[in-house]
Amino acid sequence: MLLGPPLLLSALLFTIGVAGVILRRNAIVLFMCVELMLNAVNLSFVALSQVLGLGGQVIVFFVMTVAAAEAAVGLAIILAIFRHTRSVDLKNINLLQG
Amino acid sequence: MSAETVFYVLGGFAVLSALLCIVQRNPVASALWLVSTMFALAAIYVLLNAQFIAAIQVLVYAGAVMVLFLFVIMLLNLGRDSGDLRGRPARLAAVAIALGLLAELVLLSRVTPGSLSVLGGVPAGAASPMAAFPAGSAGLAAPASQGVVGAIAGPLFQTYLVPFEITSVLLLAAAVGAVVLAKRKL
Repeated sequence: MLLGPPLLLSALLFTIGVAGVILRRNAIVLFMCVELMLNAVNLSFVALSQVLGLGGQVIVFFVMTVAAAEAAVGLAIILAIFRHTRSVDLKNINLLQG
Repeated sequence: MSAETVFYVLGGFAVLSALLCIVQRNPVASALWLVSTMFALAAIYVLLNAQFIAAIQVLVYAGAVMVLFLFVIMLLNLGRDSGDLRGRPARLAAVAIALGLLAELVLLSRVTPGSLSVLGGVPAGAASPMAAFPAGSAGLAAPASQGVVGAIAGPLFQTYLVPFEITSVLLLAAAVGAVVLAKRKL
């Protein structure tokens, strides 16, 4: 049974997602990095469900649903912002800066 | 080839495509590398005996969600080189924070109940991880008798029935919200 290596891979993918969120300024790419982090967490849930029962896979199911809802609403917000500022670059999105 | 070899090949592929995803300047290329990461993860799920999750990973993530992303990228005409990587200080900060987080996660992955007892023991009130999943290890033997999907459907429609129903409300709210946000004028 594979348990340790998938957890390490999950940590690695989560870290890459965090680095992407810090590194990029494009709002859509930022969203994709968040999806990458969600996927990394899903991998650790699936790996642990081998030991702790199938509840982990049910949680993965819920995470996927929430991720799909989040992507739909987030992309709609990005569309609305693009219509307003003609850009999705985070340096142009500073309405709340005061 | 043993399962370990296949896992390491797929894992290396997933990490490589995730790295390419965050450094590609073109958002379309970025999205396509993310799709390849998701396919590699789906294959890993099959190795981990989660065939149903692998199938919905391909259908929902690589299919629906990434198509939505690509659709928005192309709708906004972002395919040109935009060069949105941040400057040198932010890159150094990203590498430093990422390495710190990775070290922390690797240390955390080595923690077992046994190593906790060396540090002074698990607190008396702490719940066992098995208690968090009421289906428990009883579900582990299930795939043989009721198939891969049936084994997940059991806990999903019994233990987790209320969260499952709330999910449908969430999806409805998200759909209505997306329409309201994206519409020019109601």
